Amino acid sequence: MSAFSAVLKRDLRLARRAGAGASLGLMFFLVLIAIVPFAIGADQKLISRLAPALLWIAALLATLLGLDRLFQADEEDGALDQFLLSGGSLTMLVLAKALAHWLVTGLPLSLAAPVLGLMLAIEPQAMLPLSLSLLVGTPALTLIGLVGAALTVSLNRGGLLLSLLVVPTAIPTLIFGVAVAKAAAEGRDFAMPLTVLCGTTLFALAISPIAAALALRQARG
Amino acid sequence: MTDQTSGSLLRLANPAVFNRLADRLIAPFAVLTLLLFVWGLYGAFFVSPPDYQQGETIRIMFIHVPSAWMAMFVYAGMSLSALGTLIWRHPMADVAQKCAAPLGAGFTLLCLVTGSLWGKPMWGTWWEWDARMTSVLVMFLIYIGVIALQQAIEEPNRAARAVAILTLVGAVNLPIIKFSVDWWSTLHQPASVFRMDGPTIHGSMLGPLFIMGIAFLMLYITLLMLFMRAEVMNRRAERLELLAAEAD
Amino acid sequence: MPHINIAGLPGGFLTTFSSLRLVASGLAVRRGPRFLFRGLDMSLASGQVMQLTGPNGSGKSTLIRLLAGFSPPDAGTVRLEGAGEEYPGAFLHYFGHREGLRPALTARENLAFLAGLLGGDEARIPDALGKLGVARLLDLPVRVLSEGQRRRVALARLLVVDRPIWLLDEPLASLDVEAIATVSGLVAEHAKAGGMALVATHQPLAATNATLDLSGRREAAA
Repeated sequence: MSAFSAVLKRDLRLARRAGAGASLGLMFFLVLIAIVPFAIGADQKLISRLAPALLWIAALLATLLGLDRLFQADEEDGALDQFLLSGGSLTMLVLAKALAHWLVTGLPLSLAAPVLGLMLAIEPQAMLPLSLSLLVGTPALTLIGLVGAALTVSLNRGGLLLSLLVVPTAIPTLIFGVAVAKAAAEGRDFAMPLTVLCGTTLFALAISPIAAALALRQARG
Repeated sequence: MTDQTSGSLLRLANPAVFNRLADRLIAPFAVLTLLLFVWGLYGAFFVSPPDYQQGETIRIMFIHVPSAWMAMFVYAGMSLSALGTLIWRHPMADVAQKCAAPLGAGFTLLCLVTGSLWGKPMWGTWWEWDARMTSVLVMFLIYIGVIALQQAIEEPNRAARAVAILTLVGAVNLPIIKFSVDWWSTLHQPASVFRMDGPTIHGSMLGPLFIMGIAFLMLYITLLMLFMRAEVMNRRAERLELLAAEAD
Repeated sequence: MPHINIAGLPGGFLTTFSSLRLVASGLAVRRGPRFLFRGLDMSLASGQVMQLTGPNGSGKSTLIRLLAGFSPPDAGTVRLEGAGEEYPGAFLHYFGHREGLRPALTARENLAFLAGLLGGDEARIPDALGKLGVARLLDLPVRVLSEGQRRRVALARLLVVDRPIWLLDEPLASLDVEAIATVSGLVAEHAKAGGMALVATHQPLAATNATLDLSGRREAAA
């Protein structure tokens, strides 16, 4: 078993042991969507128009939720030290953690979004494109958050700071992700924003693990 | 030390008694539940007439309404268990609470889904933010919160007390939430004015509805006993694990 | 780093790593206005079991973490001679205060993770636990184990993953007399097979054949 799969396997196993606790991101997503009408009012048409944006914002917040713990648990139990001794590339190990996080957070979100979209009266033809945009975009969110998590690993109140660091960088992903769903809802072609969205994710994939590994090394003391 | 020992003896005695009781009751209760469902569903589909406005879709009511009843009943039961945990420290109270929560959430979810299915032909959408459905949704969220808290705390005693407090806080909140949701929904009159339980409940519907209600209740009791028995055995296994580790 | 199976090598580490030396020169670490130590020179060679002593706060843990490459010193260098350009991290075991075990996972799962991460052999886990006297804890979740049991499970990774350099920070804490003797024996075996160990501990370690004392090195900045 390679170092990459050892890290991936452990994180997935821990998520499984945590039981329903692992789906906290998903439940938070549900809660955010559920409170939307209370704030906006039961205006069906307005909510329907806002649905893509609301779902994406909720996905962003739900992804950010568990990110500050991403490396903290490993730091606390000494696993982070062992990562540095693995002789392999820290970048790959960090990528393994990102993959595990996405599988537990982003992927369920993307699959649940159409169902929750029903509650917001999303246009039926937008459901699949919405899910697609989240499938492509949530990895970017995890990857961007990865760097923030690595930078704030030794801080106690890291969660809020991490959100501050991550959200601006996530704006392009948000813009194009919502654009895909909105275009689909209005019956327009959504290929262009989807392509750009793929681009942001690939860009994050290229840069984030390296940056996060660098940040983790700098944080040692 | 002696307090702990006699306390743990008390703990062992009651769950064992419960498990023996459960062993005897589960099978007959399950059969009874099945019979009630057959009876109730027969009445729902063949005896009760179609509604003059909604046609056949009214039949979903026979699942939707009892599951709503159960959602509330289970929460009431959980609140009682919560008191049992906090005030009397009854050893089985937290087991009951832990096992009831997923069942209650299940009934609530069933209520939401059947409500959506029932409402689609009327509303034209899969979801309408009317007062009643929204209140059920909030109740679902509260159930989720209870389950999440239960899973998050490892130590069983601490988990039980925390969940008990959360349950009671939720119980106090529910009327307030219901009131505010009702008020909120009056701000915007929904396009359709269909009420979820129909303009009138015809007499011939009451019978099957009542049977279904009892059937759901028996389902809950059977499943609860099943889950509680499993939980008791789980805890026993955990204790054995601990003893295995200590026997050095 | 390729997984090196010590059982497959004639003479164990001796043939492969006898030329390995961990060398530190001119090490200095600041703590605020003071230096914990300055101008520290040391070397650790094959066959050596070096005991690191000094009062609390004298920098034992810091030194070990420096040698492990976790953080750079304020002055001086740490080199691994005899291993080409490779980062020394792949040649050493670090055992510190944080044991690297997740409470929710079993002993076996925890060690399997470390085996995969560090290039060890999962099949050796039961034996390794056995050598440390905790064989029957194999499939118990770590959270039900006592402190001493956890320590021994954590130490088992030294036997599951072969690495020539052992940097151990207070490995004997929470262990009873019997366990201490066991660990001491394992360290001795390791040195005999050509490995080396730096052990920070207050307790006397039977296998010691070299010492490094950090007391009295604390000084004010120049």
